Amino acid sequence: MFSSAKPSGEVVLEAKNVSKFFPGVKALDQVSITLRSGRLTALLGENGAGKSTLMNIIAGVLPMDEGELQLAGARVHFSNPREAREAGVSMIFQEFNLFADLSVAENIFLGREPIDRWGFVDFATMNRHTSALLSELDLAVEPTTTVDHLRVGQQQIVEIAKAISSNARVLIMDEPTSAITEHEIGVLFGLVKKLKAQGVAIAYITHKLEELIHIGDDAVVMRDGKMIQAAPLQDLSRDEIVEMMVGRSVKGRRRPNRVSVGSEVLRAEGVSLRHPERHGDFLLKDINFHVCRGEVLGLFGLMGAGRTELLETMFGLHAARASGMVFVRGEHAKIHSPLEAIRHGLALAPEDRKREGLVLGMSVCENTSLACLSRFERAGFLNESAEREMVAASVARFRVKTPSIQQTIRNLSGGNQQKVILAKWLETNPEVLLLDEPTRGIDANAKDEIYALIHELSQSGLAVIVVSSEIPEILALADRVMVMCEGRKTAEFNRETVNEQVMMAAALPLSRGPK
Amino acid sequence: MKDYQVSTKELLTKSQSLIALALMVIAMSILSDKFLSLDNGWNILRQISVNLCLSIGMTLVILSGGIDLSVGAVLGLSGSVAAGLLKHGIALPMFDVLLQFTVSGALLSGVCVGLLLGLFNGFAVTSLRIPPFVATLGMLSIGRGLTMLWTGGFPITGLGSSFGYLGTGTWLGVPMPVWVTSILVVIFVIVTQRTRFGRYLYAVGGNERAALLTGLRVSRIKLWVYALGGGLAGIAGLLVTARLDSAQPNAGLGYELDSIAAVVIGGTSLAGGRGTVLGTVLGCLIIGVLNNGLFLLDVSPFWQQIVKGFVILAAVAVDKAK
Repeated sequence: MFSSAKPSGEVVLEAKNVSKFFPGVKALDQVSITLRSGRLTALLGENGAGKSTLMNIIAGVLPMDEGELQLAGARVHFSNPREAREAGVSMIFQEFNLFADLSVAENIFLGREPIDRWGFVDFATMNRHTSALLSELDLAVEPTTTVDHLRVGQQQIVEIAKAISSNARVLIMDEPTSAITEHEIGVLFGLVKKLKAQGVAIAYITHKLEELIHIGDDAVVMRDGKMIQAAPLQDLSRDEIVEMMVGRSVKGRRRPNRVSVGSEVLRAEGVSLRHPERHGDFLLKDINFHVCRGEVLGLFGLMGAGRTELLETMFGLHAARASGMVFVRGEHAKIHSPLEAIRHGLALAPEDRKREGLVLGMSVCENTSLACLSRFERAGFLNESAEREMVAASVARFRVKTPSIQQTIRNLSGGNQQKVILAKWLETNPEVLLLDEPTRGIDANAKDEIYALIHELSQSGLAVIVVSSEIPEILALADRVMVMCEGRKTAEFNRETVNEQVMMAAALPLSRGPK
Repeated sequence: MKDYQVSTKELLTKSQSLIALALMVIAMSILSDKFLSLDNGWNILRQISVNLCLSIGMTLVILSGGIDLSVGAVLGLSGSVAAGLLKHGIALPMFDVLLQFTVSGALLSGVCVGLLLGLFNGFAVTSLRIPPFVATLGMLSIGRGLTMLWTGGFPITGLGSSFGYLGTGTWLGVPMPVWVTSILVVIFVIVTQRTRFGRYLYAVGGNERAALLTGLRVSRIKLWVYALGGGLAGIAGLLVTARLDSAQPNAGLGYELDSIAAVVIGGTSLAGGRGTVLGTVLGCLIIGVLNNGLFLLDVSPFWQQIVKGFVILAAVAVDKAK
C-alpha cells in the first residue's frame, strides 16, 4: 500500500521561504520547513502563529505568495488539494470534510470512485478496498455505514483512511486530538506509529505538548508568522518550547490578586438544557454559579463540556429547552431571547466571531453601533454624525487598529475584530460580559491587549465570565475558576487553590481520568 | 497615490450599472434616430414604473436575505380587488348590505390586499420557518387562485376616468405612474440609508445570527420586509390596472422574474446584506432601455428575451469578477 515508502529520515518534502499575505496581515514570513520520512514533525505555536496557514499551503488549499515547495527533491506546485493528494500529500483538517449522508467507502473514494465497464460506480470493489483499509487501521465498521453513525474519533480514522488511501507520502494532521476521547487518542497514536514505520512523513499541529512524548520526533516552533526554531524534540525542554511559543517568559502572566469584589450580579440555580434530539439527554445539568461586580469568572472545560451552551442559555438562546432559575442583581429574571438578556444587562461575545459576532460586510462603524442604534434616532432618522462621534471615541478607547471607522470589518485582523465586538457591547452599558473564547485565532500581541481590556473592564465594575480551553488564559484572567465536564459543573477553585493539574483533572471525564 | 487608486476602483465598481446604462443609451441613440427624444424618455420611464415599484419591494426582501416569488400574483390580486370593489362593490349577505367604494377607497383596499398577502408571506417565513423561496412560491399559487375566484376568470373593465388617471394621466407634464414610483424611490432610499430599520435590514441580510445575538428583533424585521414587498406589489397592481383601464386576471404573470432580474442587474447580492435601492432603479432602467431600444430597432421580442438573459448573466459575472 505504501509503495513509495522511503527509509526513515530521508527528506520527503521541503518548503522554502514561504510567505503569505492576508489583507492587513503578514500571515507567513519567509518560513521554511522540512518533513522527513518516518518522522513526525510537531508544529507548535499559539493560535494565529501561522501553523495552519503553512500546512494549508503545503496541502494545496491556499496559494503561497512567495517561496517554493519541493517534493522528493523536485519542485512542485499544487493549485488545489486534489493535486497535492495525487502527489502524495494529504491533510486532515480540524473540521472534518466528510459527507454525513454518504457511506464510509463513498467518502474515502469521493472523486475517484472505481468505475466498472459500463461506466457505473463499482461499489463492490470500492467496499472491498475500504474494508482492507479499515482493517489496517483497526476500525471495526462496515464500509457501507453512513458517516453520521460514527463517533467523532471514528470519523477521524475515516479521514486518515481517506488520506492514506492514495499512497500518502506526507500526512498533515491539524489538532487531531482536540475532539476525541482518551481511548480514541490511544488508537490514533498507535496508527501514527504504524504510518511512521511505513515511512510516511507526518506533520502534526498541536497545542498539547504532552502528546509529543509518545509520537513526536522533530519540533518546529512558530510565532506571529515566523519560524522561531526547528530541532529534534529531545533537544528541547518543555519550558524552552513554551517560551519560544509565547515569545516571553510564561511566568508573571497570572493576574495580580484582586483586593475585593463587589456584590453579586448574576446567579444561576439548577440551570439545565435538554438535548435537542435525544429525549431524556441533557447538554447541561443542574449548573449553579454566580459572578460578582468587578470579578472575572473563568469557565474551563474540554470540547463538548457545554461551556458555549451555558453562555448561550444564559443569553436566552435556548429558552424552549432550558430550565432552572437565573437571578440578576438578586431578582428572578426570565430571559427568553437575546434582546431580553441585553435588557437585563448581559452581553455575549460569541466564540465564532465571523459567523456569530459580526456582520462582515458592514463597516467598523456600523458593527460598533448596531446594538445601540436607537440612541442615534432623531424623529425616525439616524443621526449619523452623532453615531460616528460615539464610534470614534469607542474605537479609540478599545485601541482598535483600523485605517478608518468606515473600513469594512472583514478586512480587520481577528484581534481588532474582537475589540470591535467588545466596543459594541460596552455601548449597551452591560453589567455582565460573557466572553466565549475571546482570543481564539488572535495573535499573541493582540491577545495581551484583549487581556488588558478585560482587566480594565472588570476593574471598572463589570462582571466578566470568560470561557476558554486554554489553561494559561484562564490563569491569566480569572479571579475564580469553574470547571465543566460533559454538561456538569465538576469543580470550582479560587486563586489560591487553582493550578493546571487540578483544572485538567476536573475537566476530564471520570471514567478515563488522568493517568 | 494609493488612496486615489483605491477610490477610483471603488468608484468604477460602484457605478458599474451606471456605466452600463450610459453605454447602452449611447449605443441606442446611434442605432436608432427615434430613441433619443423627450417623448421616448417619458415612455421608457412609464414602461418601467410597474417593474420598478415591484423591484423596490424585491430589493428590500433580497437585502434581508430572502426572495419573494409572489409579487406578480399579489399584483394581479390587488389590481382585481381594487377594480372589482370600484365597479361592483362588495355584498355582505349577513348584514344585507352592498358596500360601494370610492376611487380612493378602492385604491386603499388594493394596497391593503398586497400588505396582507405580504404579511402572510412574512408569517410563513418567520413563524412557520418555511424557506422564503417555498413560502412565496406557495403564495404565488394562492394569489393566482384567489384572483381567478374573485374575477371568475374574466377581466373587469370600464373603471372610469378618475381611476384611469393614475395610469394614463400626467401632472406637471410627468406621467402619474412616474410620479408614484419616483416618490416611492425617494421614500425607500431614505428608509434604507437613513433609518434604523434600514440599517437592521442590512444587518439581518448580512448575518442573521449575529443580528439576533446583537438583540435585533430579526423576525419582526423580516415580517415588515415581506409586508412592504406585498404592499408595493399592491401599488404596482393599481398602476397596471389603471393603465389598462381594466383588471386582467392574468396581470403580472411572470413579473417576479423581471423584478428579480432588475434587482440583480442593479448590483444587489442574492445572498443578502449588499445592494441599494438606487442600484435597482438603474437595473430597471437598463432593462427598460434595452426593451425599448430593441423594439425601436425592430428586433423580434424573442430576441429581446435572449438579450435580456445575457445582460443578467453579464451583470452578475462582472459583479463576481471584481
